[in-house]
Amino acid sequence: MAGQTLYDKLWSQHLVKERDDGTALIYIDRQLLHEVTSPQAFEGLRLANRKPWRLDANLATPDHNVPTTVIERAEGNAGIKDPVSLIQVQTLDDNCAAFGIEEFKINDARQGIVHVVGPEQGATLPGMTVVCGDSHTATHGAFAALAHGIGTSEVEHVLATQCLLAQKMKNMQVRVEGELGTGVTAKDVVLAIIGRIGTAGGTGYAIEFAGSAIQSLSMEGRMTVCNMAIEAGARVGLIAVDDTTIDYLAERPYAPTAEQWDAAVADWRNLVSDADAAFDKVVEIDAASIEPQVSWGTSPEMVTGISGEVPDPADAADDTVQRSYTRALEYMGLAPKQKITDIRLDKVFIGSCTNSRIEDLREAAKVAKGKKVASSIQLAMVVPGSGLVKRQAEAEGLDKIFTEAGFEWREPGCSMCLAMNADKLGAGEHCASTSNRNFEGRQGYGGRTHLVSPAMAAAAAIAGHFVDVRQLDAQPTAQEA
Amino acid sequence: MRQFEREQGLVAPLDRANVDTDLIIPKQFLKSIKRTGFGVNLFDELRYLDEGYPGQDASQRPLNPDFVLNQPRYQGASVLLARRNFGCGSSREHAPWALEDFGFRVVIAPSFADIFYNNAFKNGILLVPLDEDTVDRLFKAVEANEGYRLDVDLENQRVTTPEGEIIEFEVDAFRKHCLLNGLDDIGITLQDEDAIRAFEEKHRVARPWLFRDKAPA
Ligand code: SF4
Repeated sequence: MAGQTLYDKLWSQHLVKERDDGTALIYIDRQLLHEVTSPQAFEGLRLANRKPWRLDANLATPDHNVPTTVIERAEGNAGIKDPVSLIQVQTLDDNCAAFGIEEFKINDARQGIVHVVGPEQGATLPGMTVVCGDSHTATHGAFAALAHGIGTSEVEHVLATQCLLAQKMKNMQVRVEGELGTGVTAKDVVLAIIGRIGTAGGTGYAIEFAGSAIQSLSMEGRMTVCNMAIEAGARVGLIAVDDTTIDYLAERPYAPTAEQWDAAVADWRNLVSDADAAFDKVVEIDAASIEPQVSWGTSPEMVTGISGEVPDPADAADDTVQRSYTRALEYMGLAPKQKITDIRLDKVFIGSCTNSRIEDLREAAKVAKGKKVASSIQLAMVVPGSGLVKRQAEAEGLDKIFTEAGFEWREPGCSMCLAMNADKLGAGEHCASTSNRNFEGRQGYGGRTHLVSPAMAAAAAIAGHFVDVRQLDAQPTAQEA
Repeated sequence: MRQFEREQGLVAPLDRANVDTDLIIPKQFLKSIKRTGFGVNLFDELRYLDEGYPGQDASQRPLNPDFVLNQPRYQGASVLLARRNFGCGSSREHAPWALEDFGFRVVIAPSFADIFYNNAFKNGILLVPLDEDTVDRLFKAVEANEGYRLDVDLENQRVTTPEGEIIEFEVDAFRKHCLLNGLDDIGITLQDEDAIRAFEEKHRVARPWLFRDKAPA
């Protein structure tokens, strides 16, 4: 019998029941909740007179709607100026209090973007099934956890039954072998993967990221890669457990301790695909071929290397692609064959669940140190992923590096990643952003998003246009000096 | 959940691939804590010429006359025809809520994104995947014939064109059953309560660190 993939193992460890028609009930160990996709789920529970199945499986924090300026945050919920956003955050507080669910409220140091908070707290563990009403839940797969982004009806279903109705996916392995060049980060790896397989390439699959280049990444880097599995169409992204995973989790507040830790670690060591496991699809990418990436269009697959140019729709493979390229260039205000380094920027955003962890901020700070944001940039902001990331960055002096260079240093939240709060792009503005989606209007009505790594975003802020971060001479940060 | 058996409806063509959930319903409308009322903001950025915000009087907003759903011939459409990878992007269930609230009961496209697929069925919307060539033919037919309607029959898994052509489609058995009967899947799952409890106990013994009765101090 062929061996099992990591996904197969996680699936069978959580399978409660399989129906004849191929749907299955899988048990959920952890549900993360936030203010945008949970109110209707709690309301549904109330209407049906149901209670959460297991309170300790849930953890909540507001993130999408929270303001990020220091002044507004000083006032807690009262600092949320938009009355509709306020109701949503308040509703989360009320629901958590009423049902007895643990919540890190707006001014708790542990508050932050759910996908930063869960791992940071050790609330995401290897071998868990994790769900959240947010498509970037795949992030937690970096810990060999089976993590699904779900809709609001499913949030309610998990609250009420501790199970998710699912169908087994197919297995895909994306192997990135070799060494990444200097200045090439996890973000560039995942953008290159999406550029290669397309935004629907992973639909119906659980993608396991493997190979020496993936193994060499830190947990922060691995989370960046798994985070964007959904941009390749896959609901689930996974990376096997190794020492890096275990070292990261030791002594996190929600991680097991003492004998339980030892038992857990022994169990976690099995969370790798067997050597003879069969994948339905394998994609191989040479790490050395990946250069820093920049998206030029309105879908994450519309991406190219920094030395590249905007494509000419006339060269597109088929009519549908040609139309979407034409439409994208029109929306983005770019010309066919324009060089990527000639794209001028108005704003820069460093943050989001893709790139707002401490390592991301260190990489950006390295580039920004001792430099100044170009005068043509109207706003360059750094938004840490959680209160604890912020505190750590400040302890390392990164906030000073950013503010001296002319970046704004903000309070944690989703911020301009989706512009539900006051942080947004104006029509026609180009933004170098470390987030994950460049859809039309994503960062503000008419806004033009270019997805890049934190180092590339910082470099673009300083130059005022895209530059190859490999050609800058990076300064060591205070921590390393 | 609303039941779905059959829809004989006017078809509106949205000739675009990768229609993402941000496009279906922009984020500023996700601040609502209700499930209803999203229809007026369906495809907001394509449909109106100004920038939308929650609580606006939509009747006062300038419509984009070029957008397909604003054209007189497609008023009252209940079947949406689109290109590949429909519904990609975020997990927001507000997307099917908006489609449903607007009046769509069926979306036909070559492929759908996974999370959207689940969300749509849970809200009584039938998604019909048809191959690219068939979808292409339907686009041509809709554009050429005003008042073009399709008969979508879930029980028999068939779409019938006005010319009498029958196109079969796939749908998974469980979702079909729920949709035909308007079943709430929480209720169905809770019929297996004993199996869930039994699993949970086994799981707790095998991996006790996944259960903690108290938060860390
Ligand atoms: S940071 Fe952006 S992508 Fe991530 S959870 Fe928040 S809004 Fe979603």
